[in-house]
Amino acid sequence: MSKTWLIMRREYLTRVRRRTFLLSTFMLPVVIVLFIAGSILLALQGKSRHRVAVVDANGYFSKYLKSDSTITFDFSPGLDTANYEQKGCNAVLIIPAIREDQRPAYRLKYKKQLGFAAEEDLKEKLRTAITDRMILEKTGVNRSRLDSIRSASSDMDFSSFEDLGRQARASNQGFSYAIGYVSGFLIYLLTFIYGAMVMRGVMEEKTNRIAEVVVSSVKPFQLMMGKITGIGAVGLTQFLLWIVLIGGLAIVAQGFIPHDTWQQVQQIQQANAMGNGSTAKVGDAAEKIYAIKSTVDTANWWLILGCFLFYFIGGYLFYSALFAAVGSAVNEDPQEAQSLMLPITMPVVFSFIIMSVAVQDTSGALAVWASMIPFSSPIVMMARIPFGVPAWQLGLSMLFLVLGFVFTVWLAGKIYRTGILMYGKKASWKIMWKWAFHK
Amino acid sequence: MNILEVNEIQKSFATQKAVDGVSFRLERGSIFGLLGPNGAGKTTLIRMITGIFYPDEGNIVFEGQPFRAERDSVRIGYMPEERGLYKRMKIGEQALYLAQLKGLSSQQAMQKVKEWFIKFEMQTWWNKKVEDLSKGMSQKLQFVTTVLHEPKLIILDEPFSGLDPVNSNLIKDEIYRLARNGASIVFSTHRMEQVEEICDHIILMNKGRKILDGTVGGVKQQFKENLFRIGFSGISDPPDGSGVFEVVGRSDGQVVVKISDGHRPNDVLRYFIDQGAEINSFTELLPSLNDIFIRLVEGTPLARRFQKN
Repeated sequence: MSKTWLIMRREYLTRVRRRTFLLSTFMLPVVIVLFIAGSILLALQGKSRHRVAVVDANGYFSKYLKSDSTITFDFSPGLDTANYEQKGCNAVLIIPAIREDQRPAYRLKYKKQLGFAAEEDLKEKLRTAITDRMILEKTGVNRSRLDSIRSASSDMDFSSFEDLGRQARASNQGFSYAIGYVSGFLIYLLTFIYGAMVMRGVMEEKTNRIAEVVVSSVKPFQLMMGKITGIGAVGLTQFLLWIVLIGGLAIVAQGFIPHDTWQQVQQIQQANAMGNGSTAKVGDAAEKIYAIKSTVDTANWWLILGCFLFYFIGGYLFYSALFAAVGSAVNEDPQEAQSLMLPITMPVVFSFIIMSVAVQDTSGALAVWASMIPFSSPIVMMARIPFGVPAWQLGLSMLFLVLGFVFTVWLAGKIYRTGILMYGKKASWKIMWKWAFHK
Repeated sequence: MNILEVNEIQKSFATQKAVDGVSFRLERGSIFGLLGPNGAGKTTLIRMITGIFYPDEGNIVFEGQPFRAERDSVRIGYMPEERGLYKRMKIGEQALYLAQLKGLSSQQAMQKVKEWFIKFEMQTWWNKKVEDLSKGMSQKLQFVTTVLHEPKLIILDEPFSGLDPVNSNLIKDEIYRLARNGASIVFSTHRMEQVEEICDHIILMNKGRKILDGTVGGVKQQFKENLFRIGFSGISDPPDGSGVFEVVGRSDGQVVVKISDGHRPNDVLRYFIDQGAEINSFTELLPSLNDIFIRLVEGTPLARRFQKN
């Protein structure tokens, strides 16, 4: 049996058997779900309700400015800039007398800011009110006609399709965004979790002095690779467990859907596939399930899963080798590890920042370049994949990543070989450079 | 036949020569002492013999063939000075793992580990973790993991540190037994009394160089300073020696004399008898390895050290 295999097996088994492994395997999905739920909740809560007092010099805005669930307009007479707070309003809007030859100056006053979104919303409402008034005044369209035009234009069915030559695939930008962001974030998280695990493992072997016993039986490079692959296998196991967990939950969830509803969903599906828009009478629940199902179906899951595995493994090998090198260089001082880790953690954090920008413009120059360079490609490319990436870019990025990790593993091997047996010397990147490039 | 021949090996690190042209031979079944102060280059030398480092210059011949770490490390057992074990791994599994790394199959490893655990009365420890063991216990475990693949060459760096006399003796007996069965042992230490007791052959290193090489008895002969302790009675004052010898130390009824060049012990005895003394004892004082060590390393003359006694 190969010695690297023996080392890998030990690294794998000792970690998988630990209670923390099971705990983290089941806790992380929960944490992610809570994270997503939390951010949605925060986004929803961000729309707080505002009550805006209006001082209108024209007297007709009360007919056009419409209150809704987030902003209520109060036209009560006697409201002014001095007393709006006592009357329970958050802000006061002052509308001047509008004259054709002047640019009117609208003013909003408040003690506490309404927030960016609310203010934009208010401006939009004001603009609509002015437009409506002008249309009614100047064109002679009556009120009910205008309302029906407004409601007709706001009710539209918009879906986008990716042009694949002969056929087109339904795509959903919002959903792609979510998948891209989540998988980029996951790779970012896993790189840190497993990279740090490799580093701690190497430090443990060094400070325990077991390294010297082991390298008298195997080459330091075998020890390092055994550790990296063993911990990588732990990561893959965890990832597969997550897939099984999510798949299992999805099946269980489907089991709760009544048979009738399920049949209705299939009816809609068939109807849509036939191309006739007029759908049969179906229940509300079926409509919703169909919406979810068709959204989930827009994603190319096999490609995403395959690429996730590739970029997880590639990114892991790329970074964990560097983490191993740092682990071999430090002595018992965790402070030392922190400062040596910085040049490695910086690119990872930076990649995450690039990713959150790139996910909004996935074919922009930043996104394309960052998904080529191995330092950032695992994180950034994952954000692009749900939106579709040209095959040559994907191939090139993968090739660069492979070359990248071959290089970092080689470099780390040289540093590790010397570092693992070097005690007492305070390590720095300069010294590590020397270890790598001198004998 | 020599199991190990080290020829003029050198190893430099960035700023200094850690090992500078060291050669020695190690016979099969012998116990070899590698001595030297801290920083003398012993660990570097050992790391080259165990294949952890490659020498810059010179070569190592193991069992008659040029040493190749990948092939030969299976037949070497090395116990470093700083003990190393996985703290959170169970003891039984740990011993199995280290044995398998040395090339034993899992069945062989299991069989050997069980044998040694029974021999050292460690069976009940199997499921304990290293962090639960006392220092002496983990020392025993470390020794077992070093020798259980039956290496031909065993390198022990300070094997007795932290052991109580009972366990010390247990391991010492085991070292003798292994040597009798044909294993060669390199024993690196600062504790000279153990070297005198155990080793057949020693080398002393200082500042990367070998400064002494020989059998324990031979080295002592080489460094003797013609000192003798004489116990006598019948005369009150010790004689002055009149050129035959010089008194370098005295205590109640005994003197330590240094015989001058060109004279022999008989001349001294004759002198004492001529003075009317009754000789009770006459012993040659050979320097201890400790004295030789300190003298060579520090340059302290031996005679001065005896005067203090």
